[in-house]
Amino acid sequence: MIECKDISKIYKSGPSTSSGQAIETRALKNVSFKVSQGEFLAIMGPSGSGKSTLMHIMGCLDTPNGGQYFLEGRDVSRLSDDELADIRMQKIGFVFQAFNLLPRATVLRNVTLPLLYAGLSRKERENQAREALKSSAFPEEFWNHYSNQLSGGMMQRVAIARALCNNPAIILADEPTGNLDTKTGKQVLDTFQHLHIKQGRTIILITHEQYVAEHAQRVIHIRDGSVVGDEKVKVRRLANHHYET
Amino acid sequence: MKLEDLLQETVTALSSNKARSGLTILGIVIGIASVIAMISIGQGVSEQIKSSIEGLGSNLLTVMPGFIQPGRGVVSAGRGTAESLEQDDVEIIREIDGVVSVSPEVQRRFQVVSETGNNTNTLVLGILPEYLEARNVFVQEGSFITDANVRALGRVVVLGPTVAEDIFSAQDPIGRTIRISGMNFKVIGLLQSKGSAGFFNPDDAVFIPLTTMQKVITGEDFLSAIAVSVASEDRMPLVQAEITQALAKKHRVDPENPDFSILSQADIIGALTQVTTTFTIFLAAVAGISLIVGGIGIMNMMLTTVKERTREIGLRKAIGAKRCDISRQFLAEAVALTFLGGVLGIILGWAVSFAVSHFAGLATKVSPGAILLAFLVASAIGIIFGYYPAKRAAGLNPIEALRYE
Repeated sequence: MIECKDISKIYKSGPSTSSGQAIETRALKNVSFKVSQGEFLAIMGPSGSGKSTLMHIMGCLDTPNGGQYFLEGRDVSRLSDDELADIRMQKIGFVFQAFNLLPRATVLRNVTLPLLYAGLSRKERENQAREALKSSAFPEEFWNHYSNQLSGGMMQRVAIARALCNNPAIILADEPTGNLDTKTGKQVLDTFQHLHIKQGRTIILITHEQYVAEHAQRVIHIRDGSVVGDEKVKVRRLANHHYET
Repeated sequence: MKLEDLLQETVTALSSNKARSGLTILGIVIGIASVIAMISIGQGVSEQIKSSIEGLGSNLLTVMPGFIQPGRGVVSAGRGTAESLEQDDVEIIREIDGVVSVSPEVQRRFQVVSETGNNTNTLVLGILPEYLEARNVFVQEGSFITDANVRALGRVVVLGPTVAEDIFSAQDPIGRTIRISGMNFKVIGLLQSKGSAGFFNPDDAVFIPLTTMQKVITGEDFLSAIAVSVASEDRMPLVQAEITQALAKKHRVDPENPDFSILSQADIIGALTQVTTTFTIFLAAVAGISLIVGGIGIMNMMLTTVKERTREIGLRKAIGAKRCDISRQFLAEAVALTFLGGVLGIILGWAVSFAVSHFAGLATKVSPGAILLAFLVASAIGIIFGYYPAKRAAGLNPIEALRYE
């Protein structure tokens, strides 16, 4: 499904002065792992560990300097910007820490946004958006509310619905509970577990909290740009006990 | 992204900040409206001048004292003040084949005062009865100057409608007395209006017998002009050449470089059209500058919008928008602003030119060409000034844009 093979990423920053010495930062060093279909993976690490860079590469927002990245068997590590945009549209659903919803737009319009670029008709878009909103357990009476009138937990569920609406191969969630309190955070994690258990979605969750990571099946630990641990979660936390299998 | 969706997105984006969009549109509205209004005033005045000159008589040659150099229009400098035309010249012209009537004229500006003390500075023309026919004018009320008036050095005057209104307002001027240069004249007639021609107004004049003008008022025999009415239009060049030969012989001057000049109506129209065209271009250029300022306003607003919506652009790119999707969206916003501004500007410009002709009395003409030009310019401005902000938006890196605070 997903395979990262020796991925490395180097950022060049700082002024390229007359000496020509730009500062190089090695954000990722030969990172390799595989994610299989229907897996719920958490990537954990402290800030500055390179987990965001890894997410950007897995989300096709960025390309690695070295190594290869296979998404559904296709090497997407050397594609152009527009080709990557196409992959993002078809294969990837993003959930961000800061929600990134369009303010002054209704919930439904926010969810249909990715489908706009897929060239679907208005009717198809709305049908898919409705399905996605149902999957993310978003209450129907708020569908026509403006997104900036919603609470944080509700906003994040709109964002999850938006990530789902194009039926992506993977859902990438970057600190999805980072801006939420424990209770609403738990509701959001419940939504992810529901999508994973009931619908068999592949979910990759990036976090720095052990507690949040324990909601996944497997945790990859990253530190200073390298994978330092890859283990199954022994006692998986369940946000809602009726998922017990 | 479908066109329909693009339009929907554009409308949503523009209406989310109505005040800013409105003010930006206003810049374009003012620019386009002034271009339309200025061109319409220029063209309207030009057409009016042309038609009123044609109304003065189409088969008319005007012999004027002094030589007008080729390439320099009738408008250039005071050559009409040379004193080279005399009464005898009239008789010579009258004998030329093809000449229907000859109307010698002496003109001078005087203060004209009515009994009640109303006064106006106007053109006083000393003329013969032939003037009526040569210059294509009609009497509205009373009678015109007669041969008897001319022979008797009559103190009679025929008023142009503008003068009559200026000094007698609504009252009937016939039979009243006016003073020209300290002498009393009896009003015997009133002419029909010929309409203003923008720069000069044939209605703003009074007419007295030629002999009275020469012997009593000015004391000089020289003529200001001789109007020659020709039998038909195709005989005009020949008659013009014959008059030149005959007068040159009489004045003992070289026909190639005479001390008089002969103008046809076509020459006058040509010269004035040149003036009004320059005038129109000048007005349009001034208005065009305001259009460029409006365009800069669009660019300014679009750059602000791109900055403000950086995170939104980042999100759109993250969820699959390509470069061209983003640049199209912002270009569409800029073009929509100018398009709206263009339409409103055309309406406003039309209203302004209507108001100008209604309240200021200047003729205006809104031509389809001017509208098309304004429209093309507006669209071009939208594309040109929207291109850079759109390109900037499209070039944003999604990762950095999403982090932008």
